[in-house]
Amino acid sequence: MQKQTPHVESWGRTIKVSQTIIPLFWQPEKFPRTQENESFLPYGEGRSYGDSCLNEGGILLQTRGMNRFIFLDESKGLLRCEAGVRLDEILELTVPKGWFIPVSPGTQFVTLGGAIANDVHGKNHHVAGTFGRYVRAMEVLRSDGNRWICSPQENSELFGATIGGLGLTGLILWAEIQMKPISGPWIDQETVRFSHVDDFFKISEDSEKDYEHSVSWIDTLAQGKHLGRGHFMRGNHSSQKDDRSSKPKTFSIPCNAPNWLLNPFTVRAFNVLYYHRQLTQEKRNTVHYRPFFYPLDAVLQWNKLYGKRGFFQYQLVVPYKNDREPIKEILRLVAKSGMASFLAVLKTFGNIPSPGWLSFPREGVTLALDFPNQGSKTRRLFEELDKIVRTSQGALYPAKDATMLAQDFQSFYPRWKEFEKWIDPKFSSSFWRRVAEGQGTNG
Amino acid sequence: MAKTLIVGATSAIAIETAKLCAHRGDHLFLVGRSPEKLDSVRRDLEVRGAKIAGTISTDLNDFSRHAGLLEKALNCLQGLDLVLIAHGTLGDQKACEQDFSLAEQEIRTNFLSCASLLTLISNEMEKEKAGTIAVISSVAGDRGRQSNYIYGSAKGALNLFLQGLRNRMYPSGVRVLTIKPGFVDTPMTAAFKKNILFAKPDQIARGILKAIERKKDVVYLPFFWWGIMAIIKSIPERIFKKLKL
Repeated sequence: MQKQTPHVESWGRTIKVSQTIIPLFWQPEKFPRTQENESFLPYGEGRSYGDSCLNEGGILLQTRGMNRFIFLDESKGLLRCEAGVRLDEILELTVPKGWFIPVSPGTQFVTLGGAIANDVHGKNHHVAGTFGRYVRAMEVLRSDGNRWICSPQENSELFGATIGGLGLTGLILWAEIQMKPISGPWIDQETVRFSHVDDFFKISEDSEKDYEHSVSWIDTLAQGKHLGRGHFMRGNHSSQKDDRSSKPKTFSIPCNAPNWLLNPFTVRAFNVLYYHRQLTQEKRNTVHYRPFFYPLDAVLQWNKLYGKRGFFQYQLVVPYKNDREPIKEILRLVAKSGMASFLAVLKTFGNIPSPGWLSFPREGVTLALDFPNQGSKTRRLFEELDKIVRTSQGALYPAKDATMLAQDFQSFYPRWKEFEKWIDPKFSSSFWRRVAEGQGTNG
Repeated sequence: MAKTLIVGATSAIAIETAKLCAHRGDHLFLVGRSPEKLDSVRRDLEVRGAKIAGTISTDLNDFSRHAGLLEKALNCLQGLDLVLIAHGTLGDQKACEQDFSLAEQEIRTNFLSCASLLTLISNEMEKEKAGTIAVISSVAGDRGRQSNYIYGSAKGALNLFLQGLRNRMYPSGVRVLTIKPGFVDTPMTAAFKKNILFAKPDQIARGILKAIERKKDVVYLPFFWWGIMAIIKSIPERIFKKLKL
């Protein structure tokens, strides 16, 4: 069963390509089909922003139908499930039993396979590292029909290549992850307002020891003595047990918003209002894990707010310990460009290594920015930012990327050659052809 | 705590219904064709806290196995409160037109196997003077159309069978529910281009349990298919025969 759908997109919606979809509903006993010159790529929920989850002219193996739980050891918190299970489904099952996913990305609407393939990180990176560190084992189906069980001990090379491997090493069928114990669904949260990026670093340092989760929203339009002002949100899992929470309330953006909706004026207004919404310096409260970890999930298909043109996300990491100039220079450039980022997120990464060879997080400060697709104007800003990332020995995040240069990718991810040997010979992606084989025109 | 038999337990709608039944504490007995799929569904339900009394993997087109199947289910469940019949195939209409053996297969799967099972199940429930039989039919059984009249005629025959059975069971208190889903986003319709009319299997599953609770006879799911089918049924045949539906 297959169909040609031009409608499968990535989250940024800037890239329109045609590909064949093969939906998988069960763990396939053998590889779906193999004809000459076909290229495959697993596709989960399509929440990568650029072209890493797309395969122009090739085949996408849609994994969402493989969404069954296999095993849960409630005493040890070990969960095994198929790769198409979504994180929200895992949480719905395990939170009442006192277990949480060890690392939460910014949305729970990603599949387990996608979380592994992008080695996602979360607000607890400084103490917990990446998602891949909690994968105890997984099974990978290769196009030659072989199934590999891999773990840090067994077939550890394929394991290291598959974590953060962007789906290129084969089809993950299932994975077993170590969950984290919690008392209940609540988070004790504190929000601290800061008026300059230097204050961010200070609060960040002060929070590292006592807070498991931390992240900051910043106003990218603020300049001068307000450069990088924002709100620092930090929290810990609360010891409160009761689940008074009702079903999450969501609403959906039904269609494309007009392109002008998110323009510099409205975004500036939003940023100013958001910065001042909290009048006191500090605020403490207890919130449910959903608004704490996944505030944007309340608005389904929020990507349509950017209109038909779509949007880019740009996420970088640069070192800051010895020199904060690179991140400041980046903030200055963004502010000066006037291309307001509706949502900008700043966070420090710790130095906990990931088992994944192509893992993005590394010690430094990471900044994620959203920009409406304004064509060459946006790209010019990215080129400027790329320069700083390059010279400061930083890196860009493939899951978010649509524009990274091949030579940059290869220097940000020095193990890519070693990784390449583990790519399934029949697997490829638009992203990979762009950054490793130098094909394509950056979307 | 209901004792629930689900036939065709690896179909998407059945899986979602089983999850809801499990959630309310039913004891389940699952019947499916592929042992691997049945096993993965059983494990998934068990992780979600379901009490699975037993499973059988069998080819329902072998009617001679139906009696044994029911006996095992009755033994494992120690009774029977609810039966959901959910198996079915959506064959290739064009191929069926050319080769009757394919059409025959479709009619066996979608009608005859149900008729055989329902005969055994209804006799059992009639004896106990209690129980609910819920069967997934289709809106396709409401009117014959050139694009899928083989599937449609099997489902249409099933609808009449259920109507008669409901009538027969009424005095004994056994309820018979005919479920008529419209388009549902399942493996069965994977090759179809999806539009706004497509519903998700969990939505259909909730509708099924609600219809059972409300003791309905026939339910269209989602509800708006009642209106669509009312219009389709009202078109005079001399016009309908000219349409390309």
